[in-house]
Amino acid sequence: MSQSLRPYLKCVRSSLTAAISLSNFASQTAERHNAPEIEAGRTPEVILNPLVIARNENEKVLIETSINSIRVSIKIKQADEIEHILVHKFMRFLTQRAENFFILRRKPVKGYDISFLITNFHTEAMLKHKLVDFIIHFMEEVDKEISEMKLFLNARARFVAEAFLTPVSSFHGAAVLSWG
Amino acid sequence: MTTPEINLLFHQPISDHAFNADRSLLAVTRENNVELFTRSGKGFTLKDELKGHDKTVTSVDISPVTGRIVTCSQDRNALVWEPTSDGAWKPTLVLLRLNRAATFVRWSPDASKFAVGSGARAIAICYFEEENDWWVSKHIKKPLRSTVLSVAWHPNSVLLAAGSTDAHARVFSSFIKGVDNKPAPTAWGERIPFNTVCGEFINNSGGWVHAVDFSPSGDTLAFAAHDSSVTLVYPSAPEQPPRAVITVTTPMLPFVTLAWLNENELVAGGHDCQPVVFQGDVSGWKMAYSVDDPSKKGEVGEGERSALNMFKQMDLKGKDAAADDSTLRTVHQNTIVTIRPYEGQPGNITKFSSTGVDGRIVIFPKIPRRA
Repeated sequence: MSQSLRPYLKCVRSSLTAAISLSNFASQTAERHNAPEIEAGRTPEVILNPLVIARNENEKVLIETSINSIRVSIKIKQADEIEHILVHKFMRFLTQRAENFFILRRKPVKGYDISFLITNFHTEAMLKHKLVDFIIHFMEEVDKEISEMKLFLNARARFVAEAFLTPVSSFHGAAVLSWG
Repeated sequence: MTTPEINLLFHQPISDHAFNADRSLLAVTRENNVELFTRSGKGFTLKDELKGHDKTVTSVDISPVTGRIVTCSQDRNALVWEPTSDGAWKPTLVLLRLNRAATFVRWSPDASKFAVGSGARAIAICYFEEENDWWVSKHIKKPLRSTVLSVAWHPNSVLLAAGSTDAHARVFSSFIKGVDNKPAPTAWGERIPFNTVCGEFINNSGGWVHAVDFSPSGDTLAFAAHDSSVTLVYPSAPEQPPRAVITVTTPMLPFVTLAWLNENELVAGGHDCQPVVFQGDVSGWKMAYSVDDPSKKGEVGEGERSALNMFKQMDLKGKDAAADDSTLRTVHQNTIVTIRPYEGQPGNITKFSSTGVDGRIVIFPKIPRRA
Protein backbone atom coordinates (compact mmCIF):
# COMPACT_ATOMS: atom_id res chain seq x y z
CA MET A 1 0.00 0.00 0.00
CA SER A 2 1.52 3.26 -1.07
CA GLN A 3 2.26 6.04 1.34
CA SER A 4 -0.07 8.53 -0.31
CA LEU A 5 -3.12 6.33 0.14
CA ARG A 6 -3.29 6.92 3.88
CA PRO A 7 -3.87 10.70 3.89
CA TYR A 8 -6.35 10.21 1.06
CA LEU A 9 -8.39 7.69 3.02
CA LYS A 10 -8.09 9.79 6.15
CA CYS A 11 -9.48 12.78 4.31
CA VAL A 12 -12.35 10.73 2.89
CA ARG A 13 -13.08 9.33 6.34
CA SER A 14 -13.32 12.68 8.10
CA SER A 15 -15.32 14.23 5.25
CA LEU A 16 -17.77 11.33 5.32
CA THR A 17 -18.11 11.48 9.11
CA ALA A 18 -19.01 15.14 8.90
CA ALA A 19 -21.28 14.67 5.90
CA ILE A 20 -23.32 11.85 7.46
CA SER A 21 -25.08 14.25 9.84
CA LEU A 22 -28.54 13.40 8.60
CA SER A 23 -31.99 13.95 10.02
CA ASN A 24 -35.50 12.92 9.06
CA PHE A 25 -36.86 15.49 6.65
CA ALA A 26 -40.19 15.27 4.84
CA SER A 27 -40.43 16.66 1.33
CA GLN A 28 -41.57 20.25 1.09
CA THR A 29 -42.44 19.96 -2.60
CA ALA A 30 -44.58 16.81 -2.57
CA GLU A 31 -47.33 16.21 -0.07
CA ARG A 32 -46.84 13.28 2.33
CA HIS A 33 -43.58 12.25 0.69
CA ASN A 34 -40.25 11.62 2.33
CA ALA A 35 -37.60 11.14 -0.31
CA PRO A 36 -33.81 11.52 -0.34
CA GLU A 37 -33.38 15.20 -1.12
CA ILE A 38 -30.09 14.66 -2.92
CA GLU A 39 -31.90 12.45 -5.45
CA ALA A 40 -35.05 14.57 -5.68
CA GLY A 41 -33.01 17.76 -6.04
CA ARG A 42 -36.07 19.99 -6.01
CA THR A 43 -35.30 21.88 -2.82
CA PRO A 44 -32.03 23.73 -3.38
CA GLU A 45 -31.75 25.12 0.16
CA VAL A 46 -31.43 21.66 1.74
CA ILE A 47 -28.60 20.58 -0.57
CA LEU A 48 -25.05 21.46 0.38
CA ASN A 49 -22.14 22.13 -1.93
CA PRO A 50 -20.65 18.93 -3.37
CA LEU A 51 -17.13 17.99 -2.41
CA VAL A 52 -14.48 16.23 -4.50
CA ILE A 53 -11.49 14.54 -2.89
CA ALA A 54 -8.99 13.58 -5.58
CA ARG A 55 -5.80 11.60 -5.16
CA ASN A 56 -5.01 12.09 -8.85
CA GLU A 57 -7.06 12.50 -12.02
CA ASN A 58 -7.94 8.79 -12.06
CA GLU A 59 -8.87 8.31 -8.43
CA LYS A 60 -11.39 10.58 -6.78
CA VAL A 61 -14.41 10.64 -4.50
CA LEU A 62 -17.44 12.89 -4.90
CA ILE A 63 -19.52 13.55 -1.78
CA GLU A 64 -22.89 15.23 -2.33
CA THR A 65 -24.73 16.08 0.88
CA SER A 66 -28.29 17.08 1.67
CA ILE A 67 -30.31 17.32 4.86
CA ASN A 68 -31.52 13.72 4.82
CA SER A 69 -29.22 11.86 2.47
CA ILE A 70 -25.74 11.79 1.01
CA ARG A 71 -24.41 10.35 -2.21
CA VAL A 72 -20.84 9.11 -2.33
CA SER A 73 -19.39 8.37 -5.77
CA ILE A 74 -16.04 6.72 -6.30
CA LYS A 75 -13.85 6.73 -9.39
CA ILE A 76 -11.57 3.72 -9.25
CA LYS A 77 -8.06 3.76 -10.63
CA GLN A 78 -7.93 2.52 -14.24
CA ALA A 79 -4.40 2.67 -15.61
CA ASP A 80 -4.96 0.78 -18.84
CA GLU A 81 -7.57 -0.86 -21.03
CA ILE A 82 -7.57 -4.13 -19.09
CA GLU A 83 -8.23 -2.38 -15.78
CA HIS A 84 -10.96 -0.37 -17.44
CA ILE A 85 -12.74 -3.54 -18.54
CA LEU A 86 -12.18 -5.23 -15.20
CA VAL A 87 -13.59 -2.27 -13.24
CA HIS A 88 -16.59 -2.04 -15.54
CA LYS A 89 -17.42 -5.74 -15.20
CA PHE A 90 -16.79 -5.83 -11.47
CA MET A 91 -19.01 -2.82 -10.78
CA ARG A 92 -21.71 -4.28 -12.99
CA PHE A 93 -21.56 -7.43 -10.89
CA LEU A 94 -21.97 -5.41 -7.68
CA THR A 95 -24.70 -3.05 -8.82
CA GLN A 96 -26.83 -5.92 -10.07
CA ARG A 97 -26.86 -7.14 -6.48
CA ALA A 98 -27.46 -3.67 -5.03
CA GLU A 99 -30.29 -4.68 -2.70
CA ASN A 100 -27.89 -6.91 -0.78
CA PHE A 101 -25.63 -3.96 -0.06
CA PHE A 102 -28.39 -1.63 1.26
CA ILE A 103 -26.51 1.60 0.54
CA LEU A 104 -25.37 0.79 -3.00
CA ARG A 105 -26.94 2.82 -5.75
CA ARG A 106 -27.98 0.92 -8.86
CA LYS A 107 -26.49 3.44 -11.23
CA PRO A 108 -23.30 5.39 -10.68
CA VAL A 109 -23.21 9.15 -11.02
CA LYS A 110 -21.86 10.28 -14.40
CA GLY A 111 -18.08 10.27 -14.48
CA TYR A 112 -17.75 7.81 -11.60
CA ASP A 113 -17.65 4.03 -11.38
CA ILE A 114 -19.82 3.34 -8.36
CA SER A 115 -22.15 5.36 -6.12
CA PHE A 116 -23.52 4.86 -2.63
CA LEU A 117 -26.67 6.51 -1.35
CA ILE A 118 -26.95 6.83 2.43
CA THR A 119 -30.21 8.18 3.86
CA ASN A 120 -31.27 9.03 7.39
CA PHE A 121 -33.03 5.66 7.56
CA HIS A 122 -29.69 3.91 7.07
CA THR A 123 -28.03 5.93 9.82
CA GLU A 124 -30.96 5.17 12.11
CA ALA A 125 -30.65 1.42 11.56
CA MET A 126 -26.88 1.13 11.25
CA LEU A 127 -23.91 2.53 13.09
CA LYS A 128 -22.56 5.62 11.43
CA HIS A 129 -18.89 4.87 11.97
CA LYS A 130 -19.41 1.37 10.60
CA LEU A 131 -20.97 2.82 7.45
CA VAL A 132 -17.90 5.00 7.03
CA ASP A 133 -15.69 1.99 7.69
CA PHE A 134 -17.54 0.04 5.02
CA ILE A 135 -16.92 2.66 2.36
CA ILE A 136 -13.26 3.08 3.30
CA HIS A 137 -12.82 -0.69 3.35
CA PHE A 138 -14.47 -0.93 -0.06
CA MET A 139 -12.16 1.75 -1.50
CA GLU A 140 -9.05 0.04 -0.27
CA GLU A 141 -10.14 -3.48 -1.20
CA VAL A 142 -11.37 -2.68 -4.69
CA ASP A 143 -7.95 -1.45 -5.81
CA LYS A 144 -6.37 -4.60 -4.48
CA GLU A 145 -9.02 -6.74 -6.11
CA ILE A 146 -8.60 -5.11 -9.50
CA SER A 147 -4.82 -5.41 -9.52
CA GLU A 148 -5.08 -9.03 -8.39
CA MET A 149 -7.52 -9.76 -11.18
CA LYS A 150 -5.24 -8.04 -13.64
CA LEU A 151 -2.26 -10.12 -12.54
CA PHE A 152 -4.35 -13.27 -12.76
CA LEU A 153 -5.58 -12.29 -16.20
CA ASN A 154 -2.06 -11.63 -17.44
CA ALA A 155 -0.82 -14.92 -16.04
CA ARG A 156 -3.75 -16.71 -17.62
CA ALA A 157 -3.14 -14.99 -20.97
CA ARG A 158 0.48 -16.02 -20.91
CA PHE A 159 -0.44 -19.59 -20.07
CA VAL A 160 -3.08 -19.73 -22.78
CA ALA A 161 -0.74 -18.25 -25.35
CA GLU A 162 1.92 -20.77 -24.47
CA ALA A 163 -0.54 -23.65 -24.59
CA PHE A 164 -1.82 -22.61 -27.97
CA LEU A 165 1.53 -21.82 -29.45
CA THR A 166 3.26 -25.03 -28.26
CA PRO A 167 1.87 -27.27 -31.07
CA VAL A 168 2.76 -24.59 -33.58
CA SER A 169 6.34 -24.55 -32.42
CA SER A 170 6.63 -28.35 -32.31
CA PHE A 171 5.20 -28.91 -35.81
CA HIS A 172 7.01 -26.07 -37.46
CA GLY A 173 9.94 -25.89 -35.13
CA ALA A 174 12.41 -25.13 -37.87
CA ALA A 175 10.31 -22.37 -39.32
CA VAL A 176 9.70 -20.74 -35.94
CA LEU A 177 13.38 -20.93 -35.13
CA SER A 178 14.32 -19.38 -38.44
CA TRP A 179 11.92 -16.49 -37.76
CA GLY A 180 13.95 -15.96 -34.75
CA MET B 1 -27.06 11.28 42.29
CA THR B 2 -24.46 12.39 39.83
CA THR B 3 -24.42 9.57 37.32
CA PRO B 4 -26.64 9.73 34.27
CA GLU B 5 -29.76 7.60 34.39
CA ILE B 6 -29.88 5.53 31.21
CA ASN B 7 -32.92 3.67 29.91
CA LEU B 8 -33.22 1.94 26.58
CA LEU B 9 -36.87 2.13 25.58
CA PHE B 10 -36.75 0.42 22.18
CA HIS B 11 -34.49 0.09 19.15
CA GLN B 12 -36.12 2.78 17.07
CA PRO B 13 -35.44 6.47 16.68
CA ILE B 14 -37.16 8.85 19.09
CA SER B 15 -37.76 12.17 17.41
CA ASP B 16 -39.14 13.90 20.50
CA HIS B 17 -40.05 13.26 24.12
CA ALA B 18 -41.90 15.15 26.84
CA PHE B 19 -42.46 14.75 30.57
CA ASN B 20 -45.52 15.99 32.42
CA ALA B 21 -45.25 18.55 35.23
CA ASP B 22 -44.40 16.12 38.06
CA ARG B 23 -42.21 13.93 35.79
CA SER B 24 -44.35 10.82 36.41
CA LEU B 25 -45.47 10.47 32.80
CA LEU B 26 -43.21 10.32 29.77
CA ALA B 27 -44.40 10.59 26.18
CA VAL B 28 -42.08 9.49 23.39
CA THR B 29 -42.61 9.23 19.67
CA ARG B 30 -42.27 5.83 18.05
CA GLU B 31 -42.90 5.63 14.32
CA ASN B 32 -46.57 6.51 13.73
CA ASN B 33 -47.53 6.39 17.41
CA VAL B 34 -46.76 8.06 20.67
CA GLU B 35 -46.02 5.81 23.64
CA LEU B 36 -46.75 6.83 27.21
CA PHE B 37 -44.48 5.51 29.92
CA THR B 38 -44.80 5.79 33.67
CA ARG B 39 -41.93 5.83 36.11
CA SER B 40 -41.41 2.52 37.89
CA GLY B 41 -38.40 2.46 40.15
CA LYS B 42 -35.39 3.11 37.98
CA GLY B 43 -37.05 2.29 34.72
CA PHE B 44 -40.10 3.15 32.67
CA THR B 45 -43.08 0.91 31.98
CA LEU B 46 -45.28 1.24 28.95
CA LYS B 47 -48.72 2.40 29.99
CA ASP B 48 -50.54 3.53 26.91
CA GLU B 49 -50.21 4.05 23.19
CA LEU B 50 -51.65 7.01 21.35
CA LYS B 51 -52.60 5.85 17.88
CA GLY B 52 -54.01 8.40 15.50
CA HIS B 53 -51.38 9.43 12.99
CA ASP B 54 -50.63 7.52 9.82
CA LYS B 55 -47.11 8.82 9.20
CA THR B 56 -44.03 9.35 11.33
CA VAL B 57 -44.81 11.38 14.44
CA THR B 58 -42.31 14.20 14.48
CA SER B 59 -42.99 15.94 17.76
CA VAL B 60 -44.86 15.67 21.05
CA ASP B 61 -45.39 18.07 23.92
CA ILE B 62 -47.18 17.91 27.25
CA SER B 63 -48.42 21.13 28.78
CA PRO B 64 -47.28 21.40 32.40
CA VAL B 65 -50.37 23.52 33.13
CA THR B 66 -53.22 21.43 31.71
CA GLY B 67 -51.57 18.03 31.20
CA ARG B 68 -52.86 17.90 27.63
CA ILE B 69 -50.66 16.20 25.04
CA VAL B 70 -50.22 17.60 21.57
CA THR B 71 -48.63 15.55 18.79
CA CYS B 72 -47.83 16.35 15.19
CA SER B 73 -46.75 14.18 12.33
CA GLN B 74 -45.59 14.04 8.75
CA ASP B 75 -49.20 13.24 7.79
CA ARG B 76 -49.80 17.04 8.06
CA ASN B 77 -51.98 16.78 11.14
CA ALA B 78 -51.77 17.64 14.79
CA LEU B 79 -53.83 16.02 17.53
CA VAL B 80 -54.60 17.25 21.04
CA TRP B 81 -55.05 14.38 23.52
CA GLU B 82 -57.06 14.94 26.66
CA PRO B 83 -57.27 12.49 29.55
CA THR B 84 -60.75 11.12 30.15
CA SER B 85 -62.17 10.05 33.50
CA ASP B 86 -61.53 6.35 32.80
CA GLY B 87 -57.83 6.89 32.17
CA ALA B 88 -57.95 6.80 28.39
CA TRP B 89 -56.90 9.60 26.07
CA LYS B 90 -59.30 11.31 23.71
CA PRO B 91 -57.83 12.81 20.52
CA THR B 92 -59.11 16.00 18.92
CA LEU B 93 -58.01 16.85 15.41
CA VAL B 94 -56.66 20.36 15.00
CA LEU B 95 -57.58 22.39 11.93
CA LEU B 96 -54.00 23.02 10.90
CA ARG B 97 -54.71 23.79 7.24
CA LEU B 98 -51.14 22.84 6.38
CA ASN B 99 -50.41 20.91 3.19
CA ARG B 100 -46.96 19.61 4.12
CA ALA B 101 -45.45 17.68 7.00
CA ALA B 102 -45.80 19.17 10.48
CA THR B 103 -42.30 19.14 11.96
CA PHE B 104 -42.36 20.56 15.46
CA VAL B 105 -44.95 21.43 18.10
CA ARG B 106 -44.73 23.25 21.43
CA TRP B 107 -47.33 24.46 23.93
CA SER B 108 -47.10 28.08 24.95
CA PRO B 109 -46.09 28.46 28.61
CA ASP B 110 -49.64 29.51 29.60
CA ALA B 111 -51.09 26.51 27.65
CA SER B 112 -53.62 28.63 25.79
CA LYS B 113 -51.98 28.12 22.39
CA PHE B 114 -49.50 25.92 20.64
CA ALA B 115 -47.28 26.46 17.63
CA VAL B 116 -46.75 23.92 14.86
CA GLY B 117 -43.81 24.32 12.51
CA SER B 118 -44.16 22.75 9.10
CA GLY B 119 -42.69 22.04 5.72
CA ALA B 120 -45.33 24.25 4.13
CA ARG B 121 -43.16 27.29 4.91
CA ALA B 122 -45.57 28.28 7.65
CA ILE B 123 -46.08 28.13 11.38
CA ALA B 124 -49.62 27.41 12.57
CA ILE B 125 -50.52 29.11 15.83
CA CYS B 126 -53.39 27.06 17.24
CA TYR B 127 -55.88 28.11 19.90
CA PHE B 128 -59.15 26.78 21.22
CA GLU B 129 -62.35 28.33 19.93
CA GLU B 130 -64.99 27.94 22.60
CA GLU B 131 -68.06 28.61 20.43
CA ASN B 132 -67.15 25.93 17.86
CA ASP B 133 -65.47 23.63 20.39
CA TRP B 134 -62.36 22.92 18.33
CA TRP B 135 -58.77 23.98 17.87
CA VAL B 136 -58.28 26.45 15.03
CA SER B 137 -55.09 27.95 13.66
CA LYS B 138 -53.70 31.15 12.28
CA HIS B 139 -50.67 31.00 10.01
CA ILE B 140 -47.41 32.87 10.21
CA LYS B 141 -46.14 32.78 6.66
CA LYS B 142 -44.49 35.96 5.68
CA PRO B 143 -40.72 35.84 5.63
CA LEU B 144 -40.45 32.04 5.98
CA ARG B 145 -38.90 30.60 2.86
CA SER B 146 -38.34 27.00 3.85
CA THR B 147 -39.23 24.22 6.28
CA VAL B 148 -39.44 25.26 9.93
CA LEU B 149 -37.25 22.88 11.93
CA SER B 150 -38.00 24.11 15.45
CA VAL B 151 -39.99 26.66 17.41
CA ALA B 152 -39.63 28.00 20.95
CA TRP B 153 -41.88 30.15 23.10
CA HIS B 154 -40.95 33.28 25.00
CA PRO B 155 -42.10 33.12 28.67
CA ASN B 156 -44.77 35.75 27.90
CA SER B 157 -46.54 33.28 25.54
CA VAL B 158 -46.74 35.85 22.77
CA LEU B 159 -43.30 35.90 21.21
CA LEU B 160 -42.25 32.85 19.26
CA ALA B 161 -38.84 31.95 17.87
CA ALA B 162 -38.46 29.72 14.84
CA GLY B 163 -35.46 28.22 13.11
CA SER B 164 -35.69 26.99 9.55
CA THR B 165 -33.72 25.48 6.69
CA ASP B 166 -33.37 28.87 5.00
CA ALA B 167 -30.57 29.57 7.54
CA HIS B 168 -32.61 32.08 9.52
CA ALA B 169 -33.73 32.23 13.11
CA ARG B 170 -36.66 34.58 13.50
CA VAL B 171 -38.69 36.01 16.35
CA PHE B 172 -42.39 36.49 15.62
CA SER B 173 -45.35 37.82 17.49
CA SER B 174 -48.20 35.34 17.84
CA PHE B 175 -50.56 37.75 19.57
CA ILE B 176 -54.16 36.64 19.07
CA LYS B 177 -56.94 39.00 20.04
CA GLY B 178 -59.32 37.47 22.51
CA VAL B 179 -56.90 34.77 23.58
CA ASP B 180 -53.91 36.75 24.80
CA ASN B 181 -53.78 39.67 27.14
CA LYS B 182 -51.71 42.55 25.95
CA PRO B 183 -48.14 41.58 26.88
CA ALA B 184 -45.76 43.88 28.72
CA PRO B 185 -43.23 45.48 26.38
CA THR B 186 -39.98 43.54 26.07
CA ALA B 187 -36.66 44.25 24.41
CA TRP B 188 -38.02 42.40 21.38
CA GLY B 189 -40.96 44.73 20.77
CA GLU B 190 -43.66 46.92 22.29
CA ARG B 191 -46.73 46.98 20.06
CA ILE B 192 -46.79 43.62 18.43
CA PRO B 193 -49.79 42.57 16.31
CA PHE B 194 -49.89 39.02 14.90
CA ASN B 195 -47.08 38.08 12.51
CA THR B 196 -44.81 41.03 13.43
CA VAL B 197 -41.21 40.01 12.78
CA CYS B 198 -39.36 41.16 15.90
CA GLY B 199 -35.98 39.86 14.84
CA GLU B 200 -34.38 38.04 11.97
CA PHE B 201 -30.92 36.54 12.34
CA ILE B 202 -28.93 34.66 9.72
CA ASN B 203 -26.34 31.98 10.18
CA ASN B 204 -23.15 33.29 8.59
CA SER B 205 -22.28 30.16 6.67
CA GLY B 206 -25.85 29.56 5.55
CA GLY B 207 -26.38 26.46 7.68
CA TRP B 208 -29.85 25.20 8.51
CA VAL B 209 -31.01 26.42 11.90
CA HIS B 210 -31.80 23.19 13.75
CA ALA B 211 -32.78 24.51 17.17
CA VAL B 212 -33.88 27.74 18.82
CA ASP B 213 -34.59 28.56 22.44
CA PHE B 214 -35.28 31.60 24.59
CA SER B 215 -33.38 32.03 27.83
CA PRO B 216 -35.47 31.68 31.04
CA SER B 217 -36.01 35.45 31.20
CA GLY B 218 -36.73 35.61 27.48
CA ASP B 219 -34.15 38.32 26.95
CA THR B 220 -31.70 36.17 25.02
CA LEU B 221 -32.22 33.93 22.03
CA ALA B 222 -29.95 30.99 21.28
CA PHE B 223 -29.89 29.05 18.05
CA ALA B 224 -27.82 26.15 16.77
CA ALA B 225 -27.05 25.76 13.09
CA HIS B 226 -25.63 23.11 10.81
CA ASP B 227 -22.18 24.73 10.73
CA SER B 228 -21.69 23.36 14.30
CA SER B 229 -22.13 26.80 15.80
CA VAL B 230 -24.32 28.14 18.57
CA THR B 231 -25.36 31.79 18.28
CA LEU B 232 -26.61 33.99 21.11
CA VAL B 233 -28.62 37.12 20.38
CA TYR B 234 -29.05 39.89 22.95
CA PRO B 235 -31.69 42.38 21.77
CA SER B 236 -31.29 46.02 22.75
CA ALA B 237 -34.61 47.75 22.13
CA PRO B 238 -37.55 47.34 19.76
CA GLU B 239 -36.59 47.93 16.12
CA GLN B 240 -32.97 48.52 17.03
CA PRO B 241 -30.07 46.29 16.03
CA PRO B 242 -29.29 43.78 18.78
CA ARG B 243 -26.90 44.65 21.58
CA ALA B 244 -24.73 41.66 20.86
CA VAL B 245 -24.76 38.68 18.52
CA ILE B 246 -22.23 36.11 19.69
CA THR B 247 -21.43 33.07 17.58
CA VAL B 248 -19.53 30.21 19.17
CA THR B 249 -18.03 27.90 16.57
CA THR B 250 -17.01 24.45 17.68
CA PRO B 251 -14.92 21.64 16.20
CA MET B 252 -17.78 19.19 16.79
CA LEU B 253 -20.47 17.83 14.52
CA PRO B 254 -23.65 19.95 14.21
CA PHE B 255 -25.95 20.43 17.18
CA VAL B 256 -29.64 19.75 16.59
CA THR B 257 -31.13 20.61 19.96
CA LEU B 258 -30.50 23.00 22.81
CA ALA B 259 -31.92 23.91 26.19
CA TRP B 260 -31.12 26.70 28.63
CA LEU B 261 -29.99 25.71 32.12
CA ASN B 262 -29.86 29.24 33.52
CA GLU B 263 -29.26 32.74 32.17
CA ASN B 264 -25.56 32.03 31.65
CA GLU B 265 -25.52 28.37 30.70
CA LEU B 266 -27.08 26.25 28.00
CA VAL B 267 -26.70 22.67 26.89
CA ALA B 268 -26.64 21.51 23.29
CA GLY B 269 -26.64 18.05 21.76
CA GLY B 270 -26.49 16.63 18.29
CA HIS B 271 -24.58 14.41 15.93
CA ASP B 272 -21.64 13.98 18.29
CA CYS B 273 -23.94 12.00 20.63
CA GLN B 274 -22.88 13.96 23.71
CA PRO B 275 -24.45 16.95 25.44
CA VAL B 276 -22.16 19.96 25.63
CA VAL B 277 -22.52 22.89 28.03
CA PHE B 278 -21.89 26.44 26.85
CA GLN B 279 -21.26 29.25 29.33
CA GLY B 280 -21.03 33.00 29.05
CA ASP B 281 -22.81 36.33 29.15
CA VAL B 282 -23.29 39.34 26.93
CA SER B 283 -19.52 39.92 26.75
CA GLY B 284 -18.75 36.49 25.34
CA TRP B 285 -19.61 32.81 25.28
CA LYS B 286 -17.52 29.67 25.14
CA MET B 287 -17.93 25.92 24.94
CA ALA B 288 -17.29 24.93 28.56
CA TYR B 289 -17.39 21.15 28.89
CA SER B 290 -19.01 18.00 27.64
CA VAL B 291 -21.38 16.32 30.08
CA ASP B 292 -20.53 12.92 28.60
CA ASP B 293 -16.97 13.28 27.37
CA PRO B 294 -15.85 10.07 25.64
CA SER B 295 -12.17 11.01 25.81
CA LYS B 296 -12.24 11.11 29.62
CA LYS B 297 -13.54 7.60 29.95
CA GLY B 298 -11.13 4.81 30.74
CA GLU B 299 -10.08 2.36 28.11
CA VAL B 300 -12.98 -0.05 27.92
CA GLY B 301 -13.17 -3.35 26.13
CA GLU B 302 -9.74 -3.15 24.64
CA GLY B 303 -7.86 -6.23 25.70
CA GLU B 304 -4.76 -6.83 23.70
CA ARG B 305 -3.67 -4.26 21.23
CA SER B 306 -0.50 -5.11 19.44
CA ALA B 307 1.61 -2.45 17.82
CA LEU B 308 1.46 -4.35 14.57
CA ASN B 309 -2.32 -4.35 14.66
CA MET B 310 -2.39 -0.64 15.41
CA PHE B 311 -0.15 0.26 12.47
CA LYS B 312 -2.11 -2.10 10.27
CA GLN B 313 -5.32 -0.28 11.14
CA MET B 314 -3.71 3.09 10.57
CA ASP B 315 -2.37 2.00 7.23
CA LEU B 316 -5.42 0.17 5.98
CA LYS B 317 -8.22 2.41 7.10
CA GLY B 318 -6.62 5.76 7.85
CA LYS B 319 -7.76 5.41 11.43
CA ASP B 320 -5.82 6.55 14.45
CA ALA B 321 -7.10 4.16 17.05
CA ALA B 322 -6.87 0.42 16.87
CA ALA B 323 -10.08 -0.06 18.82
CA ASP B 324 -12.67 -1.25 16.38
CA ASP B 325 -15.63 -1.87 18.63
CA SER B 326 -19.22 -1.43 17.64
CA THR B 327 -20.32 0.66 20.63
CA LEU B 328 -19.56 4.33 20.98
CA ARG B 329 -17.98 5.51 24.19
CA THR B 330 -20.72 8.04 24.75
CA VAL B 331 -23.94 7.14 26.56
CA HIS B 332 -26.06 7.83 23.51
CA GLN B 333 -25.18 5.54 20.64
CA ASN B 334 -26.58 7.79 17.95
CA THR B 335 -27.55 11.40 17.35
CA ILE B 336 -29.22 13.23 20.24
CA VAL B 337 -32.40 14.77 18.87
CA THR B 338 -34.09 16.35 21.88
CA ILE B 339 -32.84 17.80 25.14
CA ARG B 340 -35.33 19.11 27.70
CA PRO B 341 -35.03 20.42 31.24
CA TYR B 342 -35.83 17.72 33.80
CA GLU B 343 -35.18 18.92 37.33
CA GLY B 344 -35.02 22.37 38.86
CA GLN B 345 -36.82 25.65 38.31
CA PRO B 346 -36.55 27.48 34.98
CA GLY B 347 -33.40 29.54 35.46
CA ASN B 348 -31.76 26.92 37.62
CA ILE B 349 -31.98 23.56 35.90
CA THR B 350 -29.90 20.84 37.56
CA LYS B 351 -30.82 17.84 35.42
CA PHE B 352 -31.92 17.49 31.84
CA SER B 353 -33.34 14.60 29.82
CA SER B 354 -32.23 13.65 26.34
CA THR B 355 -33.47 11.25 23.71
CA GLY B 356 -32.01 10.32 20.39
CA VAL B 357 -32.05 8.12 17.34
CA ASP B 358 -30.76 5.20 19.44
CA GLY B 359 -34.05 4.86 21.37
CA ARG B 360 -32.51 5.74 24.73
CA ILE B 361 -33.73 8.25 27.25
CA VAL B 362 -30.99 9.56 29.49
CA ILE B 363 -31.34 11.90 32.44
CA PHE B 364 -28.06 13.74 32.78
CA PRO B 365 -26.97 15.80 35.75
CA LYS B 366 -25.69 19.22 34.77
CA ILE B 367 -22.29 18.59 36.33
CA PRO B 368 -20.73 15.30 35.24
CA ARG B 369 -19.08 13.04 37.77
CA ARG B 370 -15.39 13.70 37.91
CA ALA B 371 -13.38 10.60 37.19
